[in-house]
Amino acid sequence: MRKVMTGHKAVAEAMRQIEPDVVAVYPITPQSEIAEYYADYVHDGIVHTELVPVESEHSAMSACVGAAAAGARVMTATSSQGLALLVEVLYIAAGLRLPIVMALANRALSAPINIHCDHSDAYLARDAGAFQIFCESAQEAYDYTLIAQRIAEHDMVRLPGIVNLDGFSLTHTSQVVEPLDDAVAKKFVGAFKAVHPLLDVKKPVTWGPFAMPDYYFELKRAQAAAMEEVPAAFLSVQKAFAKTSGRAYAGFVEKYRLDDADRALVVLGSTAGTAKVAVDALREKGEKVGLLKVWLYRPFPYCEVASALEKVKHVGVLDRAISFGAMGALYSDVATSLRRSQSRPALHNYIYGLGGRDITVEQLAEVLEGLGKVRPDEGLRYIGLRE
Amino acid sequence: MPNIKTLAQREEKEIRFTPGHTLCAGCAEPMVVRTVLNAIEDPVVVASPTGCLEVATSRFPGTAWNVPWIHVAFENAAAVISGVEAAHKALTKTGAVRRRIRFVVFAGDGGTYDIGLQALSGALERGHDFLYVCINNEAYMNTGVQRSSATPRCASATTSPVGDAIPGKPQDRKDLTEIVVGHHVPYVGQAAVSNLIDLANKVERAMKHDGPKFLNVLTTCPLGWRTPRDSAIVQAKLAVETRYWPLYEVIEGRYTINYKPKKDVPVEEWLKSQGRFRHLFRDPKGKVLIAEFQAAVDRHWDHLVRKEKCLSGAEADQG
Repeated sequence: MRKVMTGHKAVAEAMRQIEPDVVAVYPITPQSEIAEYYADYVHDGIVHTELVPVESEHSAMSACVGAAAAGARVMTATSSQGLALLVEVLYIAAGLRLPIVMALANRALSAPINIHCDHSDAYLARDAGAFQIFCESAQEAYDYTLIAQRIAEHDMVRLPGIVNLDGFSLTHTSQVVEPLDDAVAKKFVGAFKAVHPLLDVKKPVTWGPFAMPDYYFELKRAQAAAMEEVPAAFLSVQKAFAKTSGRAYAGFVEKYRLDDADRALVVLGSTAGTAKVAVDALREKGEKVGLLKVWLYRPFPYCEVASALEKVKHVGVLDRAISFGAMGALYSDVATSLRRSQSRPALHNYIYGLGGRDITVEQLAEVLEGLGKVRPDEGLRYIGLRE
Repeated sequence: MPNIKTLAQREEKEIRFTPGHTLCAGCAEPMVVRTVLNAIEDPVVVASPTGCLEVATSRFPGTAWNVPWIHVAFENAAAVISGVEAAHKALTKTGAVRRRIRFVVFAGDGGTYDIGLQALSGALERGHDFLYVCINNEAYMNTGVQRSSATPRCASATTSPVGDAIPGKPQDRKDLTEIVVGHHVPYVGQAAVSNLIDLANKVERAMKHDGPKFLNVLTTCPLGWRTPRDSAIVQAKLAVETRYWPLYEVIEGRYTINYKPKKDVPVEEWLKSQGRFRHLFRDPKGKVLIAEFQAAVDRHWDHLVRKEKCLSGAEADQG
């Protein structure tokens, strides 16, 4: 049944259906409503979940690690500074191969302090060892929360996962969402299987040992191997979800009017929606423009990005954060993707929307129209900035 | 109440902490760990933050732990055990777990007094059912004897050295035991590695209570205190006899001093036996510092005696 709900409510509904054993969460704008909705479910007795209302995000992820190692299904949510505080433990969750799914309400990092959207928090966790998915809409936030849970718990993966949804523009706006029926969602997610749980006291296991130069390298290589299993797990879970939901998800990226495009944008998150309107408007005028939206950000789908952009002549990559001292993070990934491409499209890197600065259809149309007219690879360009 | 025989029998039945770890010769930590684990009859899950005990007992691919054990980071052992305990509650509700399990943290003073204090306070306030044991050797011994907020005034540590201008640590240690008492948890106790039966009795009394339980156990580090390797018990005993480290407990807010020394042994006796205080006996200014140290010990003891008088507990006396 189609309902009107915010991105937060959509994520909270997916969490209610997943019904983790433990949720440990700490409030931060713009994530707090996920914690509030979930606290309602717990206090109304409609889920069996133990809510651990921790005193910091660092303790949120620490409690999640303890609970997951104990043998529980575990979820959390955070944003911005909270992510920055807990990122130490996120690396450890990945190193311990714990399938903890976390919603990340994307918000700019301080300083200056700001509560609005950009992707500096997601980029901060880029190398942590969690897989990351970006969502365009509240519907995707709901869907990919369920999908992420199954990827995280996949036998070959067992890694933490982050579901990114843009702060305010997705978390606080109401959209039409069609959730699955509870029974269908629960069946899709399936039962949780604990691996070497601490609570199995008859088989004592040492979690989080100390590894010196004689073993550390091999253990990290094994962790990388688990990450290498994510793409296959992503595709199979996404396919199963498409069948269950009837929604047309297929692949790590969404190609929008890209087949015959000679100019295209590459974006993450809710800006894809705005970009689609800009593409449509220019197509009306006969311009051959398109869009590539990346769902799976980590591990990065290099081959799929390369093949999607094969025939495009000019590519504008949009980064919603500055990687100080370097080109944009998404740009660097796209450039790496295209390193072996025969056609070698010209690449442009645009920084936009920092700290919640609006990005409009007109601005994106202007960027698309300008591709091919400006010289490529001339460093960063900024959209909507007062210089 | 357990005695040496029952503790030994329990260890014979199930060795929970095995030999073969790499703690230093003369380190008192294993005695605390074994005594606590042998004093608990139920199955246990243990969490430890980063520290001596962690690095010396869990070097991959070996382990000294014959009980489920987890290490995550330095500042979060109390948060980690919160998660383990919450998982146990949730899985008991669903029927996936049926057994009663007790949850124990062994943490150093750095991981408790300093970097782990926030996580500890949060876990105490939330009321998780666990025992937190601070193995307090009064400095960051694992990283090379740096000062912590548990380090006593005047002690020489590598980040509070004895210099020409500043003779060791200028500040008093924090009274963490009383900070925990301020959380109004069911059981708080102070023990020392010299009094193992007292420690075992405290664990047994603590485990009768649901909710958070805290033990602060003075544990000699011969390396950091600069005392002979066979001095761990003597040193801790002297700390108790000089009233530097009172053995007491606070059960449901009621105070009991478990041991009152019959003789007045000056704290100087404890100070002079340790290399970290050697400068106090070489410098003429040392006399003043020792007198100040003694005054602080006396004041603390006096406060404790008054608290016991006002808020006396009977449970400990009943055994």
